[in-house]
Amino acid sequence: MSETMTGAEMVIRALHDQGVEHIFGYPGGAVLPIYDAIFHQDKVQHILVRHEQGAVHAAEGYARSSGKPGVVLVTSGPGATNAITGLADAMMDSIPLVCITGQVPTHLIGSDAFQECDTVGITRHCTKHNYLVKSIEDLPRVLHEAFYVAQNGRPGPVVVDLPKDIQFKTGTYVRPLSNQHKTYRPTVKGDMDHIRAAIELMANAKRPVFYTGGGVINSGVHASTLLRELVHLTGFPITSTLMGLGAYPASDKQFLGMLGMHGTYEANLAMHECDVMINIGARFDDRITGRLDAFSPFSKRIHVDIDPSSINKTVKVDIPIVGDCAHVLEDMVRLWRQSAQQSDKVALQDWWGKIEGWRSRNCLGYRNSAETIKPQYALQRLYELTKDRETYISTEVGQHQMWAAQYFKFEEPNRWMTSGGHGTMGYGLPAAVGAQLAHPNALVIDIAGEASIQMMLQEMSTALQYNLPIKVFILNNEYMGMVRQWQELLHGGRYSQSYSESLPDFVKLAEAYGGVGIRCDKPGELDAKILEMINVNRPVIFDCLVDKQENCFPMIPSGKAHNEMLLNDYLGETGADISSVIDEKGKMLV
Amino acid sequence: MLQMKTHYPDATRVEPSHRHTLAIIVDNEPGVLARIAGLFSGRGYNIESLTVTETEHEAHISRITIVTTGTDSIIQQIKSQLERLVPVHRVVDLTLTGEAVERELCLVKVVGKGDHRVEAMRLASAFGARTLDATLTSFVYELTGTTDEVERFIKLMTAVGLVEVSRTGVAAMARGAEGMGGLSP
Repeated sequence: MSETMTGAEMVIRALHDQGVEHIFGYPGGAVLPIYDAIFHQDKVQHILVRHEQGAVHAAEGYARSSGKPGVVLVTSGPGATNAITGLADAMMDSIPLVCITGQVPTHLIGSDAFQECDTVGITRHCTKHNYLVKSIEDLPRVLHEAFYVAQNGRPGPVVVDLPKDIQFKTGTYVRPLSNQHKTYRPTVKGDMDHIRAAIELMANAKRPVFYTGGGVINSGVHASTLLRELVHLTGFPITSTLMGLGAYPASDKQFLGMLGMHGTYEANLAMHECDVMINIGARFDDRITGRLDAFSPFSKRIHVDIDPSSINKTVKVDIPIVGDCAHVLEDMVRLWRQSAQQSDKVALQDWWGKIEGWRSRNCLGYRNSAETIKPQYALQRLYELTKDRETYISTEVGQHQMWAAQYFKFEEPNRWMTSGGHGTMGYGLPAAVGAQLAHPNALVIDIAGEASIQMMLQEMSTALQYNLPIKVFILNNEYMGMVRQWQELLHGGRYSQSYSESLPDFVKLAEAYGGVGIRCDKPGELDAKILEMINVNRPVIFDCLVDKQENCFPMIPSGKAHNEMLLNDYLGETGADISSVIDEKGKMLV
Repeated sequence: MLQMKTHYPDATRVEPSHRHTLAIIVDNEPGVLARIAGLFSGRGYNIESLTVTETEHEAHISRITIVTTGTDSIIQQIKSQLERLVPVHRVVDLTLTGEAVERELCLVKVVGKGDHRVEAMRLASAFGARTLDATLTSFVYELTGTTDEVERFIKLMTAVGLVEVSRTGVAAMARGAEGMGGLSP
């Protein structure tokens, strides 16, 4: 079926054909024809954000909580450059997005026209792929191909830069029979010989550990189901990266908690001591490995990843398996069952004994207080009071983010949205907007810090406009807490620029936006006020005044190995000076 | 103060670096060369030589030949990163497929009189260079050969009045009957 329509109409038609219900955007001169096409239809709902970065983060929140691609529409020049941070964030965390940017008319490209920028040039490094459409004949194909590229293989953001004259031009719209790119075909099925070798290695393992990441989430809910099956079948312990939380239920006995820089004692020591590591959909990020030459020194490693460039990038592996997590996990489960593989039960029992010993350190323990709210306590209570609901959590970046990862127990995939690789402050509020839109009846909470929240605060207005009852739960310690923690560790406690001076009154601020503001500074009142927040069906900013000095532990300091982590009681036990913990070399690290 | 080149610790294993020649088949679409060049600069890899031209006009397919240097693991990373780019069809490490045929073409202009001029002509003839242009005081020679031959030729010509050099960079192909594809039969 071919139809004649304008380029702008093709955009909306292609989005509708792709099943897109919501797009996040902000109008401007170079996209006005598309906005006019939006005006004439009601199939695709446009969500007006207050800043283009917010549009991209909202689309990310939408994508991560729903498993569908997020769609963004912004104008040329500043619209496109404001979107860059969000695109880079989606690139690092492998989030499928299609971002349509307006561009000046083709005959003005290169002339430094008003609101012109080289969008494909600027976004080349922070997108999976991008297009500049210079002919109306290419437009239908490019639009559909963009969705294919964004979602297939390792997902990522795709930019379609669309000059204004092409939006006005009339052409023939045909929905291609297949969205596929003409040559781009990522491998999804793992090599069977390698999978067989992996199963054999696993069956003979004495001290195995699963190390899983965001790839399992990206692979779809089915991958999480298969992962649970495989982990139960084998009886092995499992740990997860920040990105992978929820793929395996956190409440399960076999789950060791998150690993890495702020991971649990048991997870990191299990990684250090293991003899077989099964990495599924994680990429040996430097927040995970710590000092590379001391990383998991005794292990044989299996690495399942859809992106061949992730394999052997920083850590050498013994059995690489290129493929989609769900496909490979399906083969693994089948092979394990078929060959009636048995784990080495005796060795495994010893291994679990060791792990239980580490677990008994209770590394997430902290000294609670009756006077001040400890941030850990606030999150524990928030978790306890929301765990029986359909809850989606987003975060900003910093101490609160790590505490959220440690103290919130995620049972299901797609419930946890955080900026992992790029570490973007300001991510959480717009991401919550996107998640709430995808799940109108769910409880969506942005766990925030008082510094991060001010980076994308304007999106409160978006939440109000669309009646999205998101909750912003600020752990307010009046510091950029993670910066302050590093200044304590690295720079002699000289808190250069890390104090949150001149803070706004968050309660009044919430009210100014038309939302609800709640403040709490007493541990005894916390539960009642959290319940009050949950029960309000409007956007809420919860200003939780917490202990100003608390630091985030456990922590693997820069340049140290997994077995050299700092625990919460470290200072109390050894009396060591915290500033002497990191050596000169470590201070050079980020 | 400790001097470090990067924020990250020095590599603990020092592996030897080798020169590799990569043949890359790509869609000849706008920006594809920028994508590849940007990948090399963005990830800190070297380009020693780069040659590109459309090889199949109707299908808009280009072949890029890149000479780069790195440890085995870096070369593998480069290959994987290139293959990740959407318009890249294939990457073949010609250095791994065996001694590949590698040639580059150079044009050199020499200016001089008397003995220098005679010596330049002798050297050109010894290398089998073609004379493309001659005036009473100058020659333009064309030499096709391996990078080493071209280097030697240029070095010698420097002594006899070299004023200008233009080089194409390396074009390469695996030996034997097998084609690497990209061209439809």
